[in-house]
Parts: sequence; structure tokens; C-alpha cells
Amino acid sequence: MDAVSIDDLSKEYGLLKALSEVRLTIAEGSFFALLGPNGAGKSTLINILAGLTRATSGRAAILGCDVRRQWRKARRQLGVVPQELAYDPFFTVREMLTLQSGYFGLGKENRPWLNELIVALDLEDKIDTTMNHLSGGMKRRVLIAQALVHRPPVVILDEPTAGVDVALRAQLWSFIRGLNAKGHTIILTTHYLEEAESMCEKIAILDRGRLVALAPKDELLSRYSWRQLRLQLVPESPVVLPDVLEAKRQAAPQGELLLRLHREHDHIGEVLAALEQAGVKFSDLWIHEPGLTEVYTELTAVENHA
Amino acid sequence: MPNLYGLYILFAREVWRFLKVFIQTILTPVITVLLYLLIFSSVISSSREMLPGVNYLTFLIPGLMVMAMLQNSFANSSSSLFQSRLNGNVIFMLLAPISDFELYLAFVGAAVVRGVLVGLGVWLASCFFAMVPLRHPLYALLLVFFCCGSLGSLGLVAAIIADKWDHISAFQNFVIVPFSFLSGVFFSISDLPEFWQQASHYNPFFYLVDGFRYTCLGVSEIPVFTSLWVGAGFFVLSSTWALWLLHRGYNLRS
Repeated sequence: MDAVSIDDLSKEYGLLKALSEVRLTIAEGSFFALLGPNGAGKSTLINILAGLTRATSGRAAILGCDVRRQWRKARRQLGVVPQELAYDPFFTVREMLTLQSGYFGLGKENRPWLNELIVALDLEDKIDTTMNHLSGGMKRRVLIAQALVHRPPVVILDEPTAGVDVALRAQLWSFIRGLNAKGHTIILTTHYLEEAESMCEKIAILDRGRLVALAPKDELLSRYSWRQLRLQLVPESPVVLPDVLEAKRQAAPQGELLLRLHREHDHIGEVLAALEQAGVKFSDLWIHEPGLTEVYTELTAVENHA
Repeated sequence: MPNLYGLYILFAREVWRFLKVFIQTILTPVITVLLYLLIFSSVISSSREMLPGVNYLTFLIPGLMVMAMLQNSFANSSSSLFQSRLNGNVIFMLLAPISDFELYLAFVGAAVVRGVLVGLGVWLASCFFAMVPLRHPLYALLLVFFCCGSLGSLGLVAAIIADKWDHISAFQNFVIVPFSFLSGVFFSISDLPEFWQQASHYNPFFYLVDGFRYTCLGVSEIPVFTSLWVGAGFFVLSSTWALWLLHRGYNLRS
């Protein structure tokens, strides 16, 4: 069964179309990234799944449970780590976790799991502290614990590493990877593309409410057909290129040569041979393969210029 | 299937919240009412007969109890939900498998508890001034429930509609306070000019005050059943309003 299935989902706020007929499924147990610029509709999509926003049309289901018709079941299957550091100023960390677990109908029997979460997220020293006395990173960890009190099989993290320092970020990622290894489906939004690239198997890109890409990461990366060849030139080397190569030349620092090559049409061997023929001498070379950043920019830039 | 345990925990959370700040939520309102009692009882001759066989002090106390219950049940649900909305932590309840009706029950239930606790506090404090009897406990319970339940519901309404604290305090200062001051807590409406006497009959708080006074003293300005019916109607209307807003998701679920 799919962890999440979304069918023709649209959301309109008056004239503004926040989501337009989005259709996508997320396989159980996968590590999924939902990317897109600000205002692309990521949060709207997440909120519809979480029952915080009602779709104008279309359907969404968590593990087969419709978020409207079987909302109780759907919510029990889903844990959401919100983007904002929201907290309840009246209660301590332990009290908040106990209350949250209670909202899901879980009583004392759930205490061992809460303790496990407290240990796993390194919150032991802070359990009797109220949230307003915690640092941003600590608050973030509490939010993650709160989202997991009912052991949801599907977990959505809305920019979990925004404003988090490097050490904590690494710690959070290893925790989230651990969850995924235990079988939880992880859905992630982030602005750090390198994080999505290193963690996620499948990626969806939203832009202005539309799904502009949905593919396994490798496929998505291979869709971008350009790579860069960078040469460190020998000082006295001539740099007069044949016209074919001159057309591919990009601006580069003094003493370097930068060529933008097509992945399929420009064979590296031929390019190097042509360079040799032109008498270009170099002492070192690098090939820069495109990352998610390039793909993302290409996919979301077209409309931004429109 | 209803989430009864979730409902209970949300209710417990609401009660726990106001108990954590009980100086502000219980003690302060009791002291305020105590001051009213001191001032009015020393300014107005206690021997004055307000209703047949009822002196001013005995007349005043049940009214003050109702006024305190009205204002505090409103304050509880309105400030709790609005603060949660403002802080953003309201989403933790909204993400949970808790229905609109369960949320309503938890908040209004806690508002009733706070109203009753403050009412009891006022009664305890008033024992130093005069012992007020309780002649019709069953009617009293019903009226207290209608009173706190209605105002707890209106508190939810205010918390849902408001966009800033200003709106909550406007609701409190321009609706709740004037209506409770003009409900015949401090005076008998038969002492008022004709126009205001008539106007008082459109104030639901007047029926709650007068009805509750009857359940204590056995005498009132209007028949107790009228008060009970008006109380019940007021409760149904305010609850419907709150439930309708919750159902629509107004300002909570976009």
C-alpha cells in the first residue's frame, strides 16, 4: 500500500491557486523529498495531509485512509513536525509529551516509548524545563519528539533543519535515517538541496502549485544534461579554441578554462582531442557533474521568468 | 469511534493550565469580588429590603457569584484557545484525532470547572459577611451549568474570531462586563427607570442572576422556570455558534 496517495488535489484561496491538480504517490518505507521555492504549495500540501487545511477538490489518503472521511485513522498514521517553533508555554517538555500522547488516546502504557524518544533525542536534561527556556535547537528536538509520540508510520518533516547548527543537523539526520531504517516513511521539505540529494530516494518538485517533477533522485539528476569541464592551464598555453569549442566556453578565472558540455552529444574524449589539436596545455582537470541544485534551478526558473 | 481518552486529556490539560496560574485565574477574581462586597455592603445600608425578607448583603452575594462565574468561564476558554492560536501550539490539538465536538467539550468543560471554582471561592469568602442559604440545589446546579457552559462557549467563539488580544479584551469589556453589570447583580431592576427595566429583559445574564438568586433565597423578580428556559436557550445558542465555527474550521483549519 502507498504511504501517501494524492489524487487531483487542488486548493484555491479565492483567486489564488495554491495547488493545481497535484497527483502523486509515496511508497511505504521510502525517504521522500518535497522541494520547491517559497510559496510553491509545499506547506499547503502538507497541511491538507495533516487535516489542517481542507482541499478545494481531489483526494488525499495516508496508508489508504482518506484524510477527510477517515480522518481519525489518517491522523493516527501521521506525525507532523511543523516548520514554526510552536510551543505551549505552560508545560514542561515531559508534560507536553505526555499530553500529546494522551490526545492520541495513549496513556501510561506509552510511557516507555516516550522515555525512549527522550533519550534518542537527547532531551534528558531538559524534561522538566518549560519550552520558553529552551534554545532553538532544543525546541526543534522537542517538536520532533512530539510528532512521534504515537509511533506514526508516516512522518512529515517541514524544514526540520531550518536555523539548526551543523552539529545538531547531523544528529537530526542520523536520527531521521534511523527512523526510516525502522520502516517509517519519511517525507521531507527542505531548502538545503544537498540534504535532499544525500538523503532522499525520490524527489518531487512543486512550483506555483504545480508538480513539475516527480522521479527517483538519480533519474532526476540525469535529466539535467549539462556538465562542466574545468581545466587548469599551463601558464604559457595558447587559448585560441576552434569555433565548436569556443561556443561552449564559459567565463572562468585567469589561468583556467571552463567548458559547458552536453552529457550525450559532447564526448569528453573528442573534446580533449580537439583541445590538444588546438595546442591547449593543462596541468589539471575537473569534471563537475550536476547536482540537485542545477536541476531544481532549471525546473523552477522557467516559470519565475515568465 | 470517539476518542474519549483524548477528550479527557485535553480537558485535563485545560484545567491543569488554569491551575498552574491559579493566583491569576482563581484567587484574583475572588479577591476582586470580595472588594465589591466590602464596598457595596458598607455604602448601601444592609437593612434595606431588596426582595421580600432579603436584605442587601444577602441579595448581593448570589449575584456576585454568578457574575464571577460568567466572567471567569468566558476568560478561561477565550484566553486559553486564543493564546494557543497565537503561539501556534493549537496545531498539536488539531493534528490529533480529536473531533470538533470533543474539542468543544474539553474547553467548555474546563471553563465550567473554572467558573464553579471561582463561584465557590466567592461563596467561601462571602461567609465572612453573611450566610447565604441554598434552597434549590438542583436548579442551582442547572443554572450554574447553563451560565458557565454558555460563557465557555462564547469564550471559544471570541478566541476563534479574534485576530489579536485587543479583540478578546474588547469582547470582554464591551460585552461581558457591561451585560453582567447591568444584569441586576448590584440592584433590583425594579429600581431602574422604565426603559432600562424593559432593556434588562433582553439581557440573558439578568435571568441567570435572578434565577440563581431564587435557588439560594427562594425569592426572585421573575419565575425561576423562565430563568431556567432562558438559561437553557442561551446555552444552546452559544454552543451552536461555537460548534458551527469549529465545524467550519474558521481561523483554525483553512
